[in-house]
Amino acid sequence: MRLAVIGVGAVGRAVAEFADSYGHEVTAIADSTGATVESAGVDVSAALAHKDDTGAVGDDDPADALAADYDVLIEATPTTLGDAQPGFDHVRAALERDRHAVLANKGPVAERYGELRALERDSDGSVRFDAAVGGAIPILPTIRDVGAARVSGVRGVLNGTANFVLSRMAAEGLAYDHVLAEAQDLGVAEADPSFDVEGTDAALKCVILANVLANGEREFTLSDATVEGIRDLPGSALELAAEDGRTVRLIGEATREGVRVGPRLVPEHGPLAVAGTLNVAQIDAEHAGRLSLSGRGAGGPETATAVLADVGRLG
Amino acid sequence: MPYDERIIHHRGIPVTSSGSTDQTGTYTVRLELADEPGELLRALTPIADNGGNLLSIYHERGRLTPRGRIPVEVDVESPPDRFETIVEDLRAAGVNVIRAGEERYSEAVTVILVGEVIDADLSALLSRIESCAGATVDEVAVTAPRGDGEPASARLRLAAAEGRVETAVATVRTIAEEADLRVVEELTAGGSA
Repeated sequence: MRLAVIGVGAVGRAVAEFADSYGHEVTAIADSTGATVESAGVDVSAALAHKDDTGAVGDDDPADALAADYDVLIEATPTTLGDAQPGFDHVRAALERDRHAVLANKGPVAERYGELRALERDSDGSVRFDAAVGGAIPILPTIRDVGAARVSGVRGVLNGTANFVLSRMAAEGLAYDHVLAEAQDLGVAEADPSFDVEGTDAALKCVILANVLANGEREFTLSDATVEGIRDLPGSALELAAEDGRTVRLIGEATREGVRVGPRLVPEHGPLAVAGTLNVAQIDAEHAGRLSLSGRGAGGPETATAVLADVGRLG
Repeated sequence: MPYDERIIHHRGIPVTSSGSTDQTGTYTVRLELADEPGELLRALTPIADNGGNLLSIYHERGRLTPRGRIPVEVDVESPPDRFETIVEDLRAAGVNVIRAGEERYSEAVTVILVGEVIDADLSALLSRIESCAGATVDEVAVTAPRGDGEPASARLRLAAAEGRVETAVATVRTIAEEADLRVVEELTAGGSA
């Protein structure tokens, strides 16, 4: 497959780097300020070196990447809320040209699911977004294998930053602010951690799950979700939980009826109490019972494996 | 049907409500009634006559005991001594009392409240929860502020009748919101959004 990689953050970069070893070729790569377009195959190392030196991945116009010769557009720009731009227009451009689109970007799938599916119906290309939920963990593939109609709900820890903060507060008896600052130093939390600690990121993933479960019968966006974050949760709450054999985790729940995200009490040694930045999802399936999947829910190389698995499924 | 279905199938919705006091308990009475007109009224009269506050009546439609009787579960609020009288009077009236008072709070759920939960407020809060949530608070643990500017927390274990836990937690959520407290709810085993 010939790939146009749009967005050169940790995920886009890793997809471009791994493409060759997965048997694919990058014919265009673009960030917000520049692009390299080469139908014979982009020299990925050179393009990434160019970005490291100059801040841009090449001297071409980013718009040229959308018009380039490719089979699959990889949408890996930052997640935006509301109109989900520019990611949504990138995907639209691909589908209107009857090309496939694989998203790591949650925005278009969470905020404009119906429109995205409508564009797909009118296109010979298809849309895949397994990488948008749970990074390397095959949550959506498992739901697909079980059959979305047989899944009554999904719940779990879907944000590694919030989980790092909560698990470290519990383990070390440290205050929220202290652990957050630590997480920022380690690069686990962003300078502005709102998206993670206020539950928005986990909620977007749950909204995507709810959209998949509802299968068009109902459409969800972030505004339909009940979301509470972990900001300023006191250490005393974690202490009281621990005295009772429990701990607190930021739990997201998705069903056909709705989405809820908030700090919840879970058994201290139960499957939902994953440590550090790990994520876990529990899928409640008819006949199969409860399936628990855990692993790395974020990270460039990890998420890139899910993107490339999606590309592989387009075959 | 020998009795009014509108009442019978309203499990979990109190027929009447009142504030409980320290002297008031809530009890479940399990009865077996003959499938005859007037049976339910006969069973409820001793409760009313003794000042028992009827919280709910539960009957699973179509369910019969092996002897063809109708199992009915009644939740009653009353002082403990009155409750004994209620049970005695029920038996005296020929009502088949299978079990009394044992199964009222068969499910427990833990919540943590975060915020200004100072002692005085807490006891008022607890009585509100007990009177509104159809639950008893059977365990309370409170932390003092740790001097790091973080608010205090309280852990409550609520015991509620089977099937009433969700309602009890929802009530706690409402009460906590009014008191400007955060609630960290237990994720129940089958719980989903």
